[in-house]
Amino acid sequence: MNKEILEVISNNSAIPHEEIASMLNMSKEEVDKEIKAMEDEKVICGYPTLINWDNTDEEKVTALIEIKVTPQRDMGFNKVAERIYKFEEVESVYLMSGSFDLTVTIEGRSMKEVSRFVTEKLSTLEYVTSTATYFVLKKYKEHGIVMAEEKTGQERMLITP
Amino acid sequence: MRNPISSKVSPIKPSGIRKFFDIVSEMDDAISLGVGEPDFDTPWHIREEGIYSLEKGKTFYTSNSGLKELKIEIANYMQRRCNLKYNYNEEIFITVGGSEAIDLCLRAMLDEGDEVILPQPSYVSYEPCIVLADGKPVIVELKEEDNFKLRKEQLLNAITDKTKILIMPFPNNPTGAIMTREDLKEIAEVCVEKDIFVLSDEIYSELTYSGDHVSIASMPGMQERTIVINGFSKSYAMTGWRLGFVCGPEVIINQMLKIHQFAIMCAPTTSQYAAVEALRNGDSDVEKMRNEYNRRRNFLMNEFKSMGLDCFEPFGAFYVFPSIKKFGMSSDEFATKLLQQEKLAVVPGTAFGDCGEGFLRISYAYSMDDLRNALKALRHFVEGLDK
Repeated sequence: MNKEILEVISNNSAIPHEEIASMLNMSKEEVDKEIKAMEDEKVICGYPTLINWDNTDEEKVTALIEIKVTPQRDMGFNKVAERIYKFEEVESVYLMSGSFDLTVTIEGRSMKEVSRFVTEKLSTLEYVTSTATYFVLKKYKEHGIVMAEEKTGQERMLITP
Repeated sequence: MRNPISSKVSPIKPSGIRKFFDIVSEMDDAISLGVGEPDFDTPWHIREEGIYSLEKGKTFYTSNSGLKELKIEIANYMQRRCNLKYNYNEEIFITVGGSEAIDLCLRAMLDEGDEVILPQPSYVSYEPCIVLADGKPVIVELKEEDNFKLRKEQLLNAITDKTKILIMPFPNNPTGAIMTREDLKEIAEVCVEKDIFVLSDEIYSELTYSGDHVSIASMPGMQERTIVINGFSKSYAMTGWRLGFVCGPEVIINQMLKIHQFAIMCAPTTSQYAAVEALRNGDSDVEKMRNEYNRRRNFLMNEFKSMGLDCFEPFGAFYVFPSIKKFGMSSDEFATKLLQQEKLAVVPGTAFGDCGEGFLRISYAYSMDDLRNALKALRHFVEGLDK
């Protein structure tokens, strides 16, 4: 694992490898190799793009669902989580400490679509004892990036001692 | 009408940067690598503490020397980072930026005709402040072949019976040079032997990229003859908060504080509350910014190499100081043409002393996107010159 490379690409995976090499005083080949190794080890699991759908004409609805489940003998929570994360609609699944067990985020085209998924697919799973669905009204920040911010201009003077 | 202006003030030249600033401000689409302050915003938890202090109505003067809790945090910081013990009550006080501390120190210590050894290239305000305090600046020209460090022999050559203070501006603006423990040891020995005081401006102390910063005050026999100036502007990206501090022997601090008391009263209260938070919980912010600066520094050095621009490798601050001597132009000419042809603003080395001739100060307090664009323009310009 190369922590410095991860730091550089954590907020921008689109930086060319030549430039990462220059910033870290490495050769491009070394960077290629390190990144490949981290991909193989599943340290780097993918390079999704952060899209603010609110700025498009596309309708998108995100919901956060708290789920209580009965853990299964010989299966624990993992098997239950797997049954859930295999659905394409599911964006993320986390096992939680506290008063419920799993947090699931769902992305759909409409509230109706999300509701149908929860009532027909999720709550009917045999281990699921209850669900609570919360619809996201606005996304302010995701992956450390502020989405709702108005563009601010350059505040600094152009030349200072 | 009589001449309204003091004969001490009128001969002082305005900063060389000013002239360039005026040209750049006239252009709408200039890109600049000419800024001497961080591009980061002050970390939110620090800003938030300033806001909270306002909400709680903490809008009064503090004591002249500053908030007690801030002075205590500074004493802790000096112990933690420089292994130096200061009594928070008698040997530390809070100033309006490092700049005020420089002025106070010179005014408190100098009599007419006292000489101050000033290594250049260095920050623009030392020389005028020396003159305003009736001192006589004795310039020592730092050399590129010495990596812009102050050498013992240079110091010895500059010392006379009248020498009182040596200014130590490291990590250095504009060159980015630093002085290591070994470098400082030689200088410290001379200062002790010749009974010279040191004004050590360590405002960039947190921005060193080859191991920890070393304060000259931590050399044997030096704490009693060194005024250490530091502040929050560069390390915590707090330039606009105007907050610095000074640590030194009580006899000097007392006199500096007297001038501060009559001229300034106290440093801004809101900024002081924010600074307490910075020192208590800001180490990781500093580290993050330092790492980011260091990557940009590497990027710049590699880009310069590939475009054939000579540059010694600086290990401090956020400046690089490439040499343009081989292009047969003065710094001013080079910077002016670069601005006219590529709309890229940099600062000519001469703004920091005559011996900055042949060099440019390029700041990397910019995002990678800005640096990439600016370096593309610089490369285009340099390649045009080679032809």
